[in-house]
Amino acid sequence: MIAFADVRARYPRQQHLALGGVSLDAERGSVTAVVGPNGSGKSTLIRALIGRVPLAAGTISIDGADTRTWSREAIARRVAVVTQREETTFPMTVREYVALGRLPHRGTWGRDTMQDRAAVDAAIARTGMHALADRSVHQLSGGEWQRVRFARALAQGGDALVADEPTTFLDIAHEMAVFELMRSVAADGHAVLMVSHQLNLVARFADRLVLLHDGRVAAAGTVNDVMRPEILEQVYEWPVLVTRDAAIGALTLVPLRKPSTSSRS
Amino acid sequence: MSRSHWTMLCLALLAAIALALAIGTIGYTPADTWRALTGQADATTTLVIRELRLRRTILAALLGAGLGISGAALQGVLRNALAEPYLLGVSGGAAVGAVLAVVAGMSYAFVPIAAFAGAALAVALALFVAHAAHGRADPRVLIMAGVVVGAFANAAIMILLANASESRVRGAVWWMMGSVADARWSETAWLGLYVVVGGAVLVTTARSLDAIALGEDSAAGLGVDVDRVSRRIYLTASLVAAATVAAAGLVGFVGLVVPHIVRRIGASGHRTLLVASALMGALLTVLADIVARAAMPPTELPLGAITAVVGVPFFLATLRRLT
Repeated sequence: MIAFADVRARYPRQQHLALGGVSLDAERGSVTAVVGPNGSGKSTLIRALIGRVPLAAGTISIDGADTRTWSREAIARRVAVVTQREETTFPMTVREYVALGRLPHRGTWGRDTMQDRAAVDAAIARTGMHALADRSVHQLSGGEWQRVRFARALAQGGDALVADEPTTFLDIAHEMAVFELMRSVAADGHAVLMVSHQLNLVARFADRLVLLHDGRVAAAGTVNDVMRPEILEQVYEWPVLVTRDAAIGALTLVPLRKPSTSSRS
Repeated sequence: MSRSHWTMLCLALLAAIALALAIGTIGYTPADTWRALTGQADATTTLVIRELRLRRTILAALLGAGLGISGAALQGVLRNALAEPYLLGVSGGAAVGAVLAVVAGMSYAFVPIAAFAGAALAVALALFVAHAAHGRADPRVLIMAGVVVGAFANAAIMILLANASESRVRGAVWWMMGSVADARWSETAWLGLYVVVGGAVLVTTARSLDAIALGEDSAAGLGVDVDRVSRRIYLTASLVAAATVAAAGLVGFVGLVVPHIVRRIGASGHRTLLVASALMGALLTVLADIVARAAMPPTELPLGAITAVVGVPFFLATLRRLT
């Protein structure tokens, strides 16, 4: 549904290409995960999608239509994005915050429609934030705040959900809840595109992996295609082991200690 | 904000304007005031109320409305609770323009034009510096550029005033303290035009401001062209502020504090916030002008100082109910 074709992008006043020709597809009904070391261009990929980094070459298309011919609002009506970091400057309630997801559906003078309110209620219910709907967003814990951000993206509607490192700083339960949510959103027929550092969870939840290295695709395909020690060692520049977890059978990455540093394993 | 909040805000503003017309060196009853406004009173009463008090009260209301809406928009777009209308060098630039005109011995009628030109130049300079430094108007760079342009302006003012005669220094300092005492209909009408047109432009950006409050990338994800909207707000808010400075000199505090007061009484979306900040700014400034001329008659106190004196307790009272 969202297709990047040979996308090259460069930040203003930089010689170096942040994306050096990336192609990938995020299909409806599946979770596509972009992984890779810090600085490999994962976030830039998402910033290019929302028009925050100009494309030097290549195209990003939604259902075959080049997004350069679309208005930003038209893109926002189709694709909801949960960015990596976000801070609200001024206090607002959870419900008001989630309702911001409806912005691309309203005109300059538009008011809340029944449809807007229904979408907001459904998003709050789905993320389990009902009890906190009238709380100020400044009073939420890190895990609650992330759920609320997903509620806003769900309220935005559209048929694609994009999330940039959505589980950074979250505890195990909140992290798993986010991955389960992504999976269930994909099961509803949405295209889910996520950036993550959690290779082991991605291996369990994603249908397709795209491994970026220095602004290029180092490997892409199924979990079995990408979770291979020789590829990962080269990209992450660290010795790793890939095993199959005895209890759940999932491919698991184990980063190794470097021999000289300590005797403990 | 509920409907009753809006009603109370509008009624309070009307009451303050009525009070401003009745109170002064000569006190009038509400009935006298009404007769003067409708042209049924004697010549002196009509002159005092219609020509002197009505003019300055309308100017005060427009001044406050302009500063309130400009401050609310800039706080939103810069995502900074300390942003205010003069931030991008408006005050410094306007002061340099005005002081230049005063020191050069130009007629006082020319001072507003010089102040406006100075303010516009300073804003253009701050935007240019921020743009040149970062390829686009990054809020952090923009705030620094505004501060630096302001510091440069202060230095220029000190150099200009170092050799000026005492009466000119006094004239310049008085101008900088802000006043609506010399209100003229032509200036008031110009300011009205800026506040109404500029205010309308800012209100059309309200939806984008709601999104920008979440950060630039999040706003872009919600379909907002952040760079274009930001530029429009910087320019419009600063021009409105420059117009207020040209009409009445520097009146601090209103643009900083009014958006906070309005947020505390429950305005969350920017459409509500911008319109309510205009009304609240008008209310605060009209009240401050009443105090400025009624506190120590026949001396008039500087309006810019009174807005702070009236505004601080108001602000502290609302701070107690924070979050």
